[in-house]
Amino acid sequence: MRREKVDVLIVGGGAAGLAAAISATKEGVKTVLLERDRSTGGVLNQCIHNGFGLHVYKEELTGPEFMERMWDELKEDVIRPNYTVLEIKPKTREVVTLSEEGLVIFEVKALVMATGARERPLSSLQIPGSRVAGVYTAGVAQKMVNIYNRLPGRKVLIVGSGDIGLIMARRLKIEGMDVVGVVEIMPEPGGLIRNVVQCLEDFEIPLWLSHTVVEIHGDQRLNAVTIAKVDKNKKPIPGTERKIKVDTLVTSVGLIPQNELIEGFVEMDPINKGPIIDEFMRTSIKWIFAAGNNVAIHDLVDFVYEEGKIAGYYAALISKNEKLPDSDKRFLRGQNVGVLLPQRFSQKKSFKIYLRPLKSFKKSILKFDDKVIRKFNWRIRPSEMIDLVVKDFNNFGPNVTVEVNEID
Amino acid sequence: MKVFIVGAGISGSLIARELSKYDIEVHIVEKAPDIGWGVTKANSAIVHGGYDDPPGSVRAMFAAYGNKLYDELSKELDFSFKRVGSLVVAFKEEDMEYLKELKKQGRENKVEDLEILEKTELKKKEPNLSDKVIAALWCPTAGITEPWDVAMAAIENAVENGAMLHLGESVKDIVVKDGKVSKIITDKAEYKVDVIINAAGLFADEIAKMVKVANFEIFPRKGEYILLDKKLKGLVNSVVFPTPTKKSKGILVVPTVDGGILLGPNAVDLPKEKKYDLSTTRDGLDEVYVKSKKLVPKIDISYTIKTFAGLRPETKEKDFIIGPTKVWGFVNVAGIRSPGLTAAPAIAKYVVEKIFPEDLKINLQRKKHFNPYRKKIPNIKEVGLEEWEKLVKKDPRFGRTVCFCNNVSEGEIVEAIRRGARTLDGVKFRTRASFGRCQGGFCSLKIMEIISRELNIPIEEIKLNYEKSWIMDGKVRV
Repeated sequence: MRREKVDVLIVGGGAAGLAAAISATKEGVKTVLLERDRSTGGVLNQCIHNGFGLHVYKEELTGPEFMERMWDELKEDVIRPNYTVLEIKPKTREVVTLSEEGLVIFEVKALVMATGARERPLSSLQIPGSRVAGVYTAGVAQKMVNIYNRLPGRKVLIVGSGDIGLIMARRLKIEGMDVVGVVEIMPEPGGLIRNVVQCLEDFEIPLWLSHTVVEIHGDQRLNAVTIAKVDKNKKPIPGTERKIKVDTLVTSVGLIPQNELIEGFVEMDPINKGPIIDEFMRTSIKWIFAAGNNVAIHDLVDFVYEEGKIAGYYAALISKNEKLPDSDKRFLRGQNVGVLLPQRFSQKKSFKIYLRPLKSFKKSILKFDDKVIRKFNWRIRPSEMIDLVVKDFNNFGPNVTVEVNEID
Repeated sequence: MKVFIVGAGISGSLIARELSKYDIEVHIVEKAPDIGWGVTKANSAIVHGGYDDPPGSVRAMFAAYGNKLYDELSKELDFSFKRVGSLVVAFKEEDMEYLKELKKQGRENKVEDLEILEKTELKKKEPNLSDKVIAALWCPTAGITEPWDVAMAAIENAVENGAMLHLGESVKDIVVKDGKVSKIITDKAEYKVDVIINAAGLFADEIAKMVKVANFEIFPRKGEYILLDKKLKGLVNSVVFPTPTKKSKGILVVPTVDGGILLGPNAVDLPKEKKYDLSTTRDGLDEVYVKSKKLVPKIDISYTIKTFAGLRPETKEKDFIIGPTKVWGFVNVAGIRSPGLTAAPAIAKYVVEKIFPEDLKINLQRKKHFNPYRKKIPNIKEVGLEEWEKLVKKDPRFGRTVCFCNNVSEGEIVEAIRRGARTLDGVKFRTRASFGRCQGGFCSLKIMEIISRELNIPIEEIKLNYEKSWIMDGKVRV
């Protein structure tokens, strides 16, 4: 068992982790980034479509290009691939890892959790029917096509209109599959509107809203699925069933933040499904920071990158024994607010907040307590994260209620 | 002396292992591509106490004894087995009568240490049980295991001791000559044979028909299950049964050996032709949820990892059919419904130590060099960190994690392939890779890559499980 002392240890080599490494190394502290896979980049490796980097690099990049930009920014070699974190010990600040060289225990001054999210498998949704080959999450299908150069089948239905589902509908169509359509249980698409237009409408792929898969058919390999319309409570409406012959089902039914390593001892947010953080991306444990999709599911890699930078920077500061102010003020969720971060803050300096409305609104206002912070004259939706910089907190008490209200 | 066992499920596997202790030629023919993929694969994975089988039934005779054999067996074959105990809970006064009856029945079946626990004691043991439970029958000797693992371990050990395994080979006919079995004909070959053990699970009636001794029919009884995430570990510590009905032991809440929680099964009788129907149903899953929540109200199915169904081989007799037939050399081990997993080690001993010498008058000679031990594929959780490090130093592939949810390394996957895994499910059931909460999202393609490399076959030829369960459909670009 080897021990190693590190100032900032970053767990996860996706966009958040790499961005954290960029800012931590700039501060001149000893930084190590652990990646459990054989190379960094996470899901960016398989995202060969463009649309990444508009905010941070002011250019439309593909996933691998975005990753390369991050590598260019990262001057030091801090990456350790094939390192799995087995356990984090909050009392001793030890991180137990496994790699090809055996067990390595890192003694850290600060930790950045950038562990990302995983896809919710269809099997967790309890859809009745056969247990057959031919059902893939969008990410698996994407990896199969873009990395392994293999098609998952001939004729496919997509379940869920999350961004990767939409993007896979387009990709599979381009690669020659018969994409019969996308079913979405909600009355509105789950992904960005730009993806609905660019991936479905431009390719004449139908989108069935308020529809779901009610049964899976097949003997060994999928041969059909039954879909049905759903009512307001998302219950299938009898009589609306329709059997569609497909050999492949690709699912985009949600991402789950991965926090198994820390959820036992940091304060968690049941709505975001990630740790409660402040504007420094600090969790309830002063030396543990978190950034990216393990904090909450984000729409854009750019947001994730920005959070990673913040987390890496402040983690480096505290590893140099600099003090950060206590984040003793809270944001509370008021009406119509779902995902919200940060949930705590300390200071008067400006910082960015992210939120998702619970419903779709044609015109609305965002309020902190009773003060209108922003007016939305355009439609806002749960599927599109709102980001805004808020500057002045002088007029607020320790608890600030955030809410979204419809206006005429 | 040549013995053919039809079926590599839990019964066939343990019989093969028991027979491999003797100087005879043992063959196992299994039509599925792997071991334990029939009835054995999908059940509640419980080693029952043995109190709930009617005294005098064949089931009762084997269950209580089979349970006792599990300690030694699990040590020799190195599979996971935990005596977590079981509770049959009572909600109302009438149920109490049932518990007393079960306890009495248990005593007749020679099940020891049964006791009826009152509410306060019960709550200490299982704090998450429903407040409406008034008492329960506690059976400390009940246990949990992984049935497919028991079958795989038994076969590995049998093969180590000289038995021959024929996977993906299905029995088409059996030739009887002068009232004796003489030949077994499969889709691949013909073999001369002296004894046939019919351990064909759901299909045992069809095998028996080949020698015209079938006086029983097997119909499938479906049981649906919901598997919950390991995050709920400790929700229950022991196997929790409701008071049983005539048809089944009811829907249970069971801890799995690796820390998950299993809910189920319901019981739906299917027509004879539905022996391949492993589909789940909306009604079935709802029933499992509602009834298990009655036992443990805290159950939260948003933690579902997967749902699945299994089939139990039922007969009209509702009992095991074990014994020789009027065709000499043809032995039935059929209708092995619940508690088949519990009974299997006892059945195996009975077949070899009683049926062979007494019914068939075959004197088996003990092998001089029988090796009773099999080692499981090492896993970091069971081996411990220090031992694991030694393993990594010897072979760095044990330091490279492939399945992140269950911490399965490349070394384990390579070892599973060396031991016979040819498919994704083959690897999954040997190592638990892709058995976790992401259900293979991160690792299934990597596992395919490793299988492809180790077996030197194109990646698109790898199947999920059976022959037609293809995963990839050729190249995108040449």
